[in-house]
Amino acid sequence: MAKKLVVSSSPHIKSPENIQSIMVDVLIALFPVALMAVFLFGYRALVTMIIAMVAAMVTEAIILRKGDFFGDGSAAVTGLLLAMTLPPAPPWWLVVIGSVVAIAIGKQIYGGIGSNIFNPALVGRAILLVSWGGHIAGNVWLKPVPFGFAADAVTEASPLATYDASLLDLFIGTVSGSLGETSALALIIGAIWLFYRGHIDWRIPGGFIGIVFIMGLASGGFSMGLYHVLAGGVLLGALFMATDMVTSPVTKTGKIIFGVGCGLITMLIRLYGSLPEGVTFGILLMNGLTPLIDNLTLPKKFGEVKKSA
Amino acid sequence: MSERSFVGGIHPSYYKEFTAGMSITPARPPSQVIIPLHQNIGAPCDAVVQVGDEVKVGQKIGEPKGFVSAPIFASVSGKVTKIEPYNHPLGNPVNAVFIENDGLDTPFEGMQANKPLEELTPDEIKQIAKDAGLVGLGGATFPTHVKLAPPPDIAIDTVIINAAECEPFLTADHALMLERADDIVYGLKAFMKALGATKGIIGIEDNKPDAIENMKKAVAENRGEYDIEIHSLHTKYPQGAEKMLIKATTGREVPPGALPMAVNVVNQNTGTAVAMAEAIKLGKPLYERVITVTGPGIRKPGNLLVKNGTLVKDIINQCGGMKDNARKLILGGPMMGLAQPTDDVPVIKGTSGVLILTEEFVQEYPISPCIKCGKCVEVCPMNLLPNFIASASEKERMDLAEKYGAMDCFECGSCTYTCPAKRPLVQWIRIAKGEIAASRRK
Ligand code: SF4
Ligand code: SF4
Repeated sequence: MAKKLVVSSSPHIKSPENIQSIMVDVLIALFPVALMAVFLFGYRALVTMIIAMVAAMVTEAIILRKGDFFGDGSAAVTGLLLAMTLPPAPPWWLVVIGSVVAIAIGKQIYGGIGSNIFNPALVGRAILLVSWGGHIAGNVWLKPVPFGFAADAVTEASPLATYDASLLDLFIGTVSGSLGETSALALIIGAIWLFYRGHIDWRIPGGFIGIVFIMGLASGGFSMGLYHVLAGGVLLGALFMATDMVTSPVTKTGKIIFGVGCGLITMLIRLYGSLPEGVTFGILLMNGLTPLIDNLTLPKKFGEVKKSA
Repeated sequence: MSERSFVGGIHPSYYKEFTAGMSITPARPPSQVIIPLHQNIGAPCDAVVQVGDEVKVGQKIGEPKGFVSAPIFASVSGKVTKIEPYNHPLGNPVNAVFIENDGLDTPFEGMQANKPLEELTPDEIKQIAKDAGLVGLGGATFPTHVKLAPPPDIAIDTVIINAAECEPFLTADHALMLERADDIVYGLKAFMKALGATKGIIGIEDNKPDAIENMKKAVAENRGEYDIEIHSLHTKYPQGAEKMLIKATTGREVPPGALPMAVNVVNQNTGTAVAMAEAIKLGKPLYERVITVTGPGIRKPGNLLVKNGTLVKDIINQCGGMKDNARKLILGGPMMGLAQPTDDVPVIKGTSGVLILTEEFVQEYPISPCIKCGKCVEVCPMNLLPNFIASASEKERMDLAEKYGAMDCFECGSCTYTCPAKRPLVQWIRIAKGEIAASRRK
């Protein structure tokens, strides 16, 4: 026999999917959202997204001391997700700080990919919110100007402050808000890609959006239920943030509980809290509970209980 | 979820095109066979021949040392030249009988046709299965007569023929269904009669429509008063795993740690059914079987009828040899088969495939930390938490590994196949299983 045979344990074939391919899929899913952001908010949104991604990748490359900036792609995803949660045109240094914090404190401090407890992008956002709230949540919301790539920046109040936007505008995204949260349409298109590729399942978004709708409905009827789902960061949070693999439960029941918890806290903050929006803290709080949820929802082994069906 | 399936599982590339539809061809007679005296789960055999003896095809050469065991037979006629330990597909060398083939294929006189099935009693059928050395030919090699002898308080109502053949690359059972359909039905009827079962099911994955068609025809023609159904199953790995197959065909779930008997079912493999038919009709014991020789690394793939104890290198040679970029030799399928350090190893009753993989299949991927994507949890057919078991095992927390279900893992490999972080989950789970079993024995 010419060459030595390789001996390793089964299985001897592996799926082609790897971490990088998953991250690329997330970036693809975010593409329609990014495109919509540029369509609505012009070049400023593009600049914000690029700064956030580059800063995140550079930070990760420095910490890991590697020359390959894209790497497994997770830093680019974190940077882009952070940008999605920011106003369309915050000061550049704020974006950089957000990305550095997201990667360094949100992720690498715990030991890097897979080990972090909290969603890194939301950690970045939370720190910015607490430290420079005026730049993040004050009078910063650009009025969307479709096709106005270089239109003048005019600010207006967020629909979560006024509760007067039309549901159609909320669906298309022609309302003010964070860069990537306004267009339900774009977010749903992106999420369909992730569903199709098997990277998210219905349980987390279902629990999250379901409870937001029910609580909105209880607070002000059917259209208020829809309003709460479409306005603000619920769809971005439920489809792209809460579904972050590392920081959400792995058990099927756990995913539902997690989603419901995120939605519940979000609505408690929106309806009774001092902040207009509660998605960030809703998800971060549930991130903290994830290990516990996993352990409390260990699945029944095959055959352990007879199914009736 | 279709009723003809189970929850979880994976959809790998099936690679059946190498050998699908190829008819079964007898392998070239080897000049020598080396027949290991341990070929089944359970006890090994003692040699009942001596160096210098002349043996005939079908003559018993190994006598079982316990109930859970099966006799072993000469697959060629000729002279016993040596009895000593030799390489074995499962790893450690095992005592083996070396027979020099005289090329005459002189049959052993003891091989005599039995009475037809209608006239056989259940006990006679069990005895025939035992005397013919039948074992599960899917790879598990559990002695068939043991499965046919459930404890008296358990009534078996259903016998399932496992014809799913869910392992990628393998097509031996497929070939049997196309060429030996009548014998499969005959074997199933024998199993049903032996067990007093009222129902027979043949479960076939729906990626083999020609086999389903052919089996339906064979059942219609041969079933007589037996109630036999063909179930077309969703094509998904591991559809042919015992518990998944029972779930898919009967809806019953075998409890953790229990045997199929617990839900009144017995499973038998397609090849075993054919062997049962041959044992009754011809008095022929199990000394040869169909093996799929396949993979991108072999020049001429095929479904071969191979004599027990033939060296893998002889099989590879007559299949045109390995290609230059061949890097891995596996006995069995790619999901659960065993990689071999050498081709100087004999095939045994449980060898379902000789699979040669090439360079691109043996790439080492860097192992990343678990990103908790939950994909392994999603695919685990036993509904375990492979990621948790594996990391507990890695940290030597065997108590936790046990809590997360290590002992219920049957090493199907779906989790490792799926993991995007390329973590060797099954390997760690195996370590945990070994340690837990060892500590239970203490
Ligand atoms: S598939 Fe791999 S990365 Fe995903 S949860 Fe399981 S072990 Fe972790
Ligand atoms: S844990 Fe065991 S049974 Fe579950 S997928 Fe992995 S190998 Fe298969």
